[in-house]
Amino acid sequence: MTLLDQFQLILKSQNWPDWAVYLVPALVGIIIIISVVLTVVIVYIWWERRLISRFQIRLGPNRCGPEGIFQPIATAVKILLKEDIVPEKADKLIHFIAPITVFVPILLIFAVVPFGEGAILADLNVGIVYVIAISSISVIGIFMAAWASGNKYSFISGMRSIAQMVSYEIPVVLSIVGIALVVGSFSMLKIVEAQNIPFILLQPLGFLIFFLGSLAEMNRSPFDLLEADSEIVAGYHIEYSGMKFAMFYLGEYGVALAYAGIITTLFLSGWQGPLLPPVIWFLIKVMMVFSVIVWIRSTLPRFRVDQLTAFAWKFMLPLAVINLVLIAIEVLVIPANLQWTMVLINFGFAAVLILLWSKLFTLGGGRVEV
Amino acid sequence: MPELVFLLMAAVAVVSALGVLVVRDIFRAALCLIVLFMTVAGVYVLLHADFIAVVQVLVYVGAISVLIIVAIMLTRDARQGQPLGNLKYVAGAVAFLLLAVIVYSVITTAFTLSESAPLEETVKPLGKLLFGDPGYLLTVQIAAVLLLSAILGAIAVIREK
Repeated sequence: MTLLDQFQLILKSQNWPDWAVYLVPALVGIIIIISVVLTVVIVYIWWERRLISRFQIRLGPNRCGPEGIFQPIATAVKILLKEDIVPEKADKLIHFIAPITVFVPILLIFAVVPFGEGAILADLNVGIVYVIAISSISVIGIFMAAWASGNKYSFISGMRSIAQMVSYEIPVVLSIVGIALVVGSFSMLKIVEAQNIPFILLQPLGFLIFFLGSLAEMNRSPFDLLEADSEIVAGYHIEYSGMKFAMFYLGEYGVALAYAGIITTLFLSGWQGPLLPPVIWFLIKVMMVFSVIVWIRSTLPRFRVDQLTAFAWKFMLPLAVINLVLIAIEVLVIPANLQWTMVLINFGFAAVLILLWSKLFTLGGGRVEV
Repeated sequence: MPELVFLLMAAVAVVSALGVLVVRDIFRAALCLIVLFMTVAGVYVLLHADFIAVVQVLVYVGAISVLIIVAIMLTRDARQGQPLGNLKYVAGAVAFLLLAVIVYSVITTAFTLSESAPLEETVKPLGKLLFGDPGYLLTVQIAAVLLLSAILGAIAVIREK
């Protein structure tokens, strides 16, 4: 029983009309989720700037408010006040729709992210598959932006986005199947409830594959080939400014928040934790995941295009398949009360497999292969 | 409420399907096709087939339409579309005949309606049906082998000598 269902029951007991019982809790839930998402995104922007400047041994924005906390708001106001420029040769209708097509699916993901026990908008029994399906719509939005701009660089970025998303979706889905095997359900609430041991311990290899794959899905460094500033200027949003650019910018951080929430739910036992209330635990874990993402961004250089696809097909896909078969055998053989032995076996296998594959996985000794 | 949502979905579906046919710009036509796929997914949700709906979005919107768009990228003059050929009247007649056959068969078929309540959890029964003992395991495996051989065949055809 989610909080939303309880709200509906309360309204029903007070003799509200049927359509209101259906609509009012849903609208209230949506408004709460959107305001939480936008607030956390603002905190994210500030946190990333401060953290990345620490990594680069500088101070970062610290003038606007205490510790520079109002800097993202100033940035937002600046972006909104900019002139909205549409290129002469652009396909204007699609140029207008594209930012919406990128941003809306990202908000839709939050419908199945559980912020606490029962604090979920819709406990679908296909929860995690829904996330994969919805987030694949954003690719089309990115491609629409790339095509409609009528710009060579944005077009290259669009082609890269398709190569990247299509390749990385497969290992991500395979690593999710490993979780579904252990839990026996796709529902996000049931996945969290099944984690007496967080799945990051139970399936370390699956976690690594999912984490890297979701980095690629959210176009963060080192997988940010679509925006690669030094090669194709800014990629698909090169011809955007003003509010439309703000949609892309918000979407970029929104998808980081969404995937941080999903990684928390799938692998870090979601809202569960001692002493503190569930929502606080959830937010702490989300911030931890995001900090690691920023850490990776400020440490690793960007992939080359051939390295990107080769990494997905030659490294992550075979490991994901082996991981899946391994988990399936373990679920059959090892009884549920001996999960700690599973943890030990899986850590051993993960270490051996990664070492082995990093020996096998070569890319022509620095030669660019086509 | 569900009837209203269904009518909305159906209207959008019909309009976007017409858009696929009428719109000249092939890229816009492909986008219309994506809208059509989404409305079909919505209809599945109304039928309590949530797994099918999600897979519809995943496969058709996430994969097949991306393939269509990539194919469009490889064509010339995507914005003008293809001008009508010499056989346009013949093609129109054949298409109209096909439409007549489909409409006739849909109208005259007596569809049986199920009286049972929709399932709360759809994934498990579906999985049992596909991979269970009195299920369609052989069919699923044959389909998988067929797809694999199709992929291998495609690679063999396009491979550089």
